[in-house]
Amino acid sequence: MSEPMSGPMVLGSDVLRPEVYRDQVDSSAFGVVQKPLSTWERIYNQPAVRKVFILIMLATLWEIYARLLNNALLFPTFGSTIEAFFEALVSGGLLGKAWTSIKVLLIGYSAGIALAALLTVVAITSRFGTDLLETLTSMFNPLPAIALLPLALIWFGLGTGSLVFVLIHSVLWAVALNTHSGFLSVSNTMRMVGRNYGLRGLSYVGRILIPAAFPSILTGLKIGWAFAWRTLIAAELVFGVSSGSGGLGWFIYENKNQLEIPNVFAGLFTVIVIGLLVENVIFRTIETKTVRKWGMQS
Amino acid sequence: MEANTPLLDVKGVTLQYKTKDHLVTATYRVDFQVLRSDRFILLGPSGCGKSTLLKAVGGYMTPVEGEIRLKGQKVTKPGPDRMMVFQEFDQLLPWKTVKENVMFALTASGKLSGKAAEEKALEYINKVNLTKFADSFPHTLSGGMKQRVAIARGMAMEPDVLLMDEPFAALDALTRRKMQDELLQLWDDTHFTVLFVTHSIAEAIKIGNRILLLSPHPGQVKAEMNSLPRQSDGELAQALERKIHDMLFVDAVEEEGAHV
Repeated sequence: MSEPMSGPMVLGSDVLRPEVYRDQVDSSAFGVVQKPLSTWERIYNQPAVRKVFILIMLATLWEIYARLLNNALLFPTFGSTIEAFFEALVSGGLLGKAWTSIKVLLIGYSAGIALAALLTVVAITSRFGTDLLETLTSMFNPLPAIALLPLALIWFGLGTGSLVFVLIHSVLWAVALNTHSGFLSVSNTMRMVGRNYGLRGLSYVGRILIPAAFPSILTGLKIGWAFAWRTLIAAELVFGVSSGSGGLGWFIYENKNQLEIPNVFAGLFTVIVIGLLVENVIFRTIETKTVRKWGMQS
Repeated sequence: MEANTPLLDVKGVTLQYKTKDHLVTATYRVDFQVLRSDRFILLGPSGCGKSTLLKAVGGYMTPVEGEIRLKGQKVTKPGPDRMMVFQEFDQLLPWKTVKENVMFALTASGKLSGKAAEEKALEYINKVNLTKFADSFPHTLSGGMKQRVAIARGMAMEPDVLLMDEPFAALDALTRRKMQDELLQLWDDTHFTVLFVTHSIAEAIKIGNRILLLSPHPGQVKAEMNSLPRQSDGELAQALERKIHDMLFVDAVEEEGAHV
């Protein structure tokens, strides 16, 4: 050492230090052991409150920018969009169009999930199935669903059939891929526990693998939902009306042609609102009732 | 079954498993017999194949040589007559509460159903002092509590033999001692048969009544000895611990010596 300390260094082993024993203070003597958070802290802890705040901020920015731009053809204000939205809701049949879209969406979505389930079960029961799933997924997952639309039109005609076909394509691979990787990541201990109970085959898959892989499955369902939604709107925009009554995409397309720009925004707004509702109400509820409650996701 | 036939008979069992580029022999011609109400310990350093041996008894592995018989029946696959308690804390199903976890074992294996399963589950949860937490989810419990649930689950099934794979190894030292005492109390209660894997000599002496010593690479039986009576004094335990320690580590010293 270049800089000697004041006095020689004392080693712990050289001195006999006194031992210390102390009585514990009774807990009633402290000021705070546990105290409720302030009202503001509790409000801020609500994710819904924070998200609503973000939405209000975005709407305000939109309004300010649109007013500065002052060109309703390019960018209508938030106010006029909302106005057009309610008007379309009441008299323009927006609700019916949204429902048409959602109906087709649900058909495609559930068919996609059913096929994904089938494919994943085949994939986990045999090595051939695993290779099949991996090959198919790497072939078709990068293929945009819209690119299949011309083919679908030839095969299934102008109608719900071809929409459902492209929807299945957009849902199937995302869900199958996530479910399969979820199954693969189930811990070996949990698998052994299931087999210890004598579970086999489908009851093993249903009672051990699916709940254990549920976080990944849920992610797959969410991604599949988003893919399906955007594929559907895009498909409707491309080939417009299907079997008489068009959906939301058609509503947007039609209004663009008539230069009813606030209505175009109202249509887009509906897409966003439905997306927000599904994500924050339906999927959130499933999440809190399952993976969060089980401590599989924080 | 006659009184003198063993409950579990392991005869000349050689176990091999494949890693990515090796075929590893985990145990070589291991023999031992477990009698009813034994607290039988498999003890050895890491790499002696004791966990692999336990998995074979559990039915998760098939011996390449020799056979394992439970009550005279050859073991071929996992089953609820041999309940496993693992070392890992994730052996409880996170989507079920403590009570449901214990009940699920009973119902899934078809042993009991409905009300009877619930009563049995609560009875064993009470035995491990977790009645207050019966409706809690596993992620809210501490490691020691999770292991207690796993033990309750194993015991509620009333298996022929309870297989425990270093169940306390991942616990802190204080909790581990407490769990060891609790396990012995439970044994006093029901006199279940347990096959217990550990690498701790002190734990083996404390918990077991019979200890099988295995040597590493591959696992072979080195000795089968009696442990001490439960209330024997500390000096005897220390002497036995020293003896086992010397037996286990004589190889290590020789190996090191060979390099000189």
